[in-house]
Formats: sequence, structure tokens, C-alpha cells
Amino acid sequence: MDNQAKAPHLAGVIGFFAGPHHLLKATEKVRDSKYRHFDAFTPYPVHGMDEAQGLKRSPLPFVTFAAGLTGGSLGFMLQYWTSVVDWPLIVGGKPFNSWPAFVPVMFECTILFAGLATVGAMFLLNGLPNHKRKAFDPRITRDQFALLIEAPVALEADRADRFDASQAAEFLKSLGAKEVKSVYSEGWF
Amino acid sequence: MSTSTEVTTFKPEVLVTGGKTYVDVNNDVAAPLERFPNKTWWLCFIIAIATFGVGATLAGIMFMDGLGVLGLNQPNGWGIFIVNFVFWVGIGHAGTLISAVLFLFRQKWRTAINRSAEAMTIFAVMTALLFPVIHTGRPWYAAIWLLPYPNQRHLWVNFRSPLLWDVFAVGTYFTISLTFWFVGLIPDLASIRDRAKDPIRKTIYTVLSLGWRGSNRNWSHYEAAYMILAGLSTPLVLSVHSVVSFDFATSNVPGWHTTIFPPYFVAGAIFSGFAMVVTLLVIAREVFKLKDYITLNHLEKMNKIIMATGMIVGYAYSCEFFIAWYSGSPFERFAFINRAFGPYWWAYWIMVSCNVFIPQVFWFKKARTSIPVMFVVSLFVNIGMWFERFVIVVTSLHRDFVPSNWKYYVPTWYDWGITLGSFGWFFIWFLLFCRVLPVIAMAEVKGVMNLDEGDGSHDPAPLKEVPAHG
Repeated sequence: MDNQAKAPHLAGVIGFFAGPHHLLKATEKVRDSKYRHFDAFTPYPVHGMDEAQGLKRSPLPFVTFAAGLTGGSLGFMLQYWTSVVDWPLIVGGKPFNSWPAFVPVMFECTILFAGLATVGAMFLLNGLPNHKRKAFDPRITRDQFALLIEAPVALEADRADRFDASQAAEFLKSLGAKEVKSVYSEGWF
Repeated sequence: MSTSTEVTTFKPEVLVTGGKTYVDVNNDVAAPLERFPNKTWWLCFIIAIATFGVGATLAGIMFMDGLGVLGLNQPNGWGIFIVNFVFWVGIGHAGTLISAVLFLFRQKWRTAINRSAEAMTIFAVMTALLFPVIHTGRPWYAAIWLLPYPNQRHLWVNFRSPLLWDVFAVGTYFTISLTFWFVGLIPDLASIRDRAKDPIRKTIYTVLSLGWRGSNRNWSHYEAAYMILAGLSTPLVLSVHSVVSFDFATSNVPGWHTTIFPPYFVAGAIFSGFAMVVTLLVIAREVFKLKDYITLNHLEKMNKIIMATGMIVGYAYSCEFFIAWYSGSPFERFAFINRAFGPYWWAYWIMVSCNVFIPQVFWFKKARTSIPVMFVVSLFVNIGMWFERFVIVVTSLHRDFVPSNWKYYVPTWYDWGITLGSFGWFFIWFLLFCRVLPVIAMAEVKGVMNLDEGDGSHDPAPLKEVPAHG
């Protein structure tokens, strides 16, 4: 890893487009081209980009569901164990397992686990946090709509050799990119 | 079927005025972060710190001398501190409502105000949490004893008590609101990072933005997570004030023992929260020159919600009276007659005037769109909602079943001083927030601007040669 960080390798070629609609059209064409690794970079989420890029629906809802179930069950188990098993104590003449009174805490535990797990899984899927990652171009988070054709990672050395940056740049220009440049990766890409 | 060739065109609502471009959004929103704060800010900050200092000093004396310095005594075991707790938790409802419920309803205008409203929520909940803790008189124990953990006493908390439900409800609400807020901040923090010139600033925002670079593969998961958080926060926000109302409703004190409390509390919380948002935004848009983003249109919509929820609250007031009469219970009937015409009549009528009568001016468009009018009304609503909690807590307790146990509760200067201190605490956080974080969700605002392409607005500003390192 250290060696790679010292000698930044070509990450790909990035092209800048006039706006979200232009970018959408270009992305669709790249999706249908020979390039397999590409990504759009936008200041805000552009609707329809997931389809244009051929991305599958995020699996996050499953994480939320599982974590919510876990949270609710743990919430009940905590209350059951403390109230029935560890120290049974009659409160307000209610049975030890007075489950209706346990519902609010179960509900809150469900939400707490589901919410934190969702965000945790989102970070994991997105590879965040990663402080070594820098913006490809500082204008992307401001107002630029960019499309990156990635060079295959160094591990696939044979394919990396075959990546022709100038060819990719020409392709982006033919799709209407106003400006094209090569970007080099630093750290974890 | 007519064969008209007429085409219906959809004209999107203009949410950002002044012909702003995406670049302007960044420049305008980031400006207050990048300059040294002006005199007004410092003045406000010093006042906030001084006010908090007064409250903290009084609280310190209270810890040493005991809770006897407060006005609490039989039968009023709860007083101003609980009023403040409920008041601040209520204030803390607007932020999540705006960011979650309005998001699910696709109300795009929320983008201009959600960031500051969420910040307000978090700070209001932080303020609210102070009160039950210091109300124990031994906060260093209370903070731990409220949580269920294995301890030397081999005791567990009482899971059948609404006070403990509160610990879980408010704790979860704070955690999830903070998470939601931070998730929303990530793309904007990256924006601030990318325009930062000062190396220290750059480092700080690099760490905070977690390495966000606007990749659509990231946006895809990000948007899914945001949507799910909104879906989770919506029942959560409704649950929090419901649980707070259980603190009262599960008791058998006349005036508290009513089933209307959860929806009534939630409506009141939204009402007071929106009023506080209007109060703060009217000032913020002026001070930070954000009038093109937080427009009159936004404020008018807020005012409509204030009026609607105000009328729900007004309905709850009258419904309570009806049910007290209908119940046939002489204690219930007495509690409500005493509330409106007993020794605390003034508090009751302040509440009704501020919450039910005054917001009615918003029927008039002129009033809804007038900055001075809405500012004054929002202040009245804040006052009225504080008094609502005062009426609920104090008047129900001060005359219960046994007339020999009746008393007129009078708060002391400790009560008032610590209350004042809580406002100082809240504003310290809010002022710091305005200084270091973007007060408008830039990425979200850009998404609703509907800029035409090809009008030149996206042409890159002359390229300052940036090293092309990834």
C-alpha cells in the first residue's frame, strides 16, 4: 500500500458536463459501452442516475429491518429478564411480565438500533470514513457534474496496461464533455 | 373526450429567488463560516454565556444548599423545572418534523430550513435534558441511575414507570436526531472542505466530511439511508412527546389523567417548535443575508402550520373541558373550572390568548407575509406554550383531592434564574452552530433549484489549476 501511495497511479479520466441532464445522457452511453468501471460525481443526488448507471437498489432496507427486529427483541428481553428473572418485584399490582408496559421501551430500542445500523451500514457500503480520499475536483461539491471512467485497479495489472487514457478521454469528449482530465488516486480509492 | 391539443405545463415552484446559481449557494451559505464573526455575534455570544453563567451559578448553589431553595413544596412537587423540560422537548419537535415528515410528504420547501431547524432540535433537547437531571438535586447520581446497568445494589430501573420510558424516548430521540442531522451535513461539509483555503480549516472539515466526494454510488446508498431515517424519525417524533405526556396521563391527578394528552402534547410540540423556528429564522435570514433562500414563501408556509396546529391545540383545550364535564367526576370538573377561574386564572388566559387567539391573525395573507407580525406572533406562541405547560403542571397539582393540602405555588429566583440560564445554554450552542456549520442544506437546496442548463450557469469558473491528484 505504501508504495502505491508514494507513486499515485492513474485512477481514470474524468469529464465535466454542462448539467445534470447532459450527464444523465452521457452516463447511459458509458453504461452501454465497453467501460465497466465508471461513476458520476454530482453536487446533489441527480434523479435517474442510478438507472443511468445501472446500479441496483441499495440493500440498506434489509439492514434496517434486521436491526429493528434485533433492537425490539433485545428491548423486550432486557425488560423481561430484569423484571421476571433477575429480581421479580411487584409494581403497581401488575404481573411480573407486564408486557404492555414494556412496549414504549421496546419501540424506542427498535428505532435506535434500526437507525444507527442503517447509518453504520451506509458508511460501510460507501467506504466512509476515509480521510485520505480527496475530491477529484473541488468544484464537484459546488456546481460541477462529472463522469469518471475508472482505470482498472492496480491488482488487475494486465487490464490496467490495456486501459488507454486518451481513448477514454476522446470518448468522454464525444459524449459532450466540456473538459476532460486524468486523475490520479491517492490512498484508498 | 375532447381532442384538444392543449398541453398542460407544470411550472415548478420557485424556492430560491434572486437568480442564484449553484456557485452563489456555496458563496452565500459559507460566507458566515469564513469570516471573523462580527460585533453583533460577539455581543449575542457574550450575553448568552453571561445568562448561562447566572443559571449555572444558581444551580451550583442549589446543589450545595438543596432543592429547598426552589419554590417546590407540598403539594407542588413539580414546578418550573418540569415546565421547562416539557417546553424545551416540545421546541425540539419542529426540527425532526420538518426534516422527516415534510421529507416523506415531498415538501421541497423544507430544504431551506431543515438544517437550522434540526440544529435547533438538538440544542433544545440538550437543554431539556438538563432539567430532569438537575431536578434530582444530585445530578452526578441521576445521570447514571436512570440507566439500566448491573450495579452493586443489584437493583434495576422500573420499566413500568413512564419516567423511565422518558429516558429511553428522549435519549433515542436525541441520538437519532443527531445522526440524521450529521448524515445531512456530510455533503455540505465536503463542500466547505473543498473551498477551504486555510490549512487548519481544511483539516477540520476533511475529518468531518469523512471523505465524501459526491460519487453517485455513494449518493445511492446515502439517499436510501436518508429516506429510511426519515421513515424511522416520523414515528419517533410522535412517540417522544406522547411518552412525555404519559408522565402526566398515567397518574390519577385530576387534570392530568386524560387520554387526550398524547395527541394534544404532540400538536402543541409542533406548534411551539415551528414558532421557535420562525423566531430564529427571521433573525438568521436578516443577519446572514439569506433572504433569497429563506423566502417569505417559506415563512408563510410555516405560519400556516403554526395556525393549523394552534387550532388543534385550541380544540384540545375545549375538548378537555367537555370531557371533564362529561366524565361526571366532581374532581375533574373542579380541576378545570379551577384552571380557568381559580387563583391561576391569569396563566390560563395568557395561554389561551397566545396559543388560540393571536395566531388567528394568520388567516390574513398580509399578516402571514409580514416579518414584524410573524416575529411578534411567534414570540407570543413561545410564551403561550410555556404557559401551557405551566398550567398543566402547576394548576393540576396545587389543588388536588384534599383541600387541606392546597397551596399557591410561587417559584423563587432560583427557579427563574436557572430557567434564564437554560436560554443562555441553548443560544450558546445555536450561535456556535451558525459560526461553524452551513446553516442551509446546500446540497438539498441545489436539488430543488431547477436551473436551466445551457444558460451558462454551469460553465466552470476559470480553472484555477488544481493539482490533479485524486
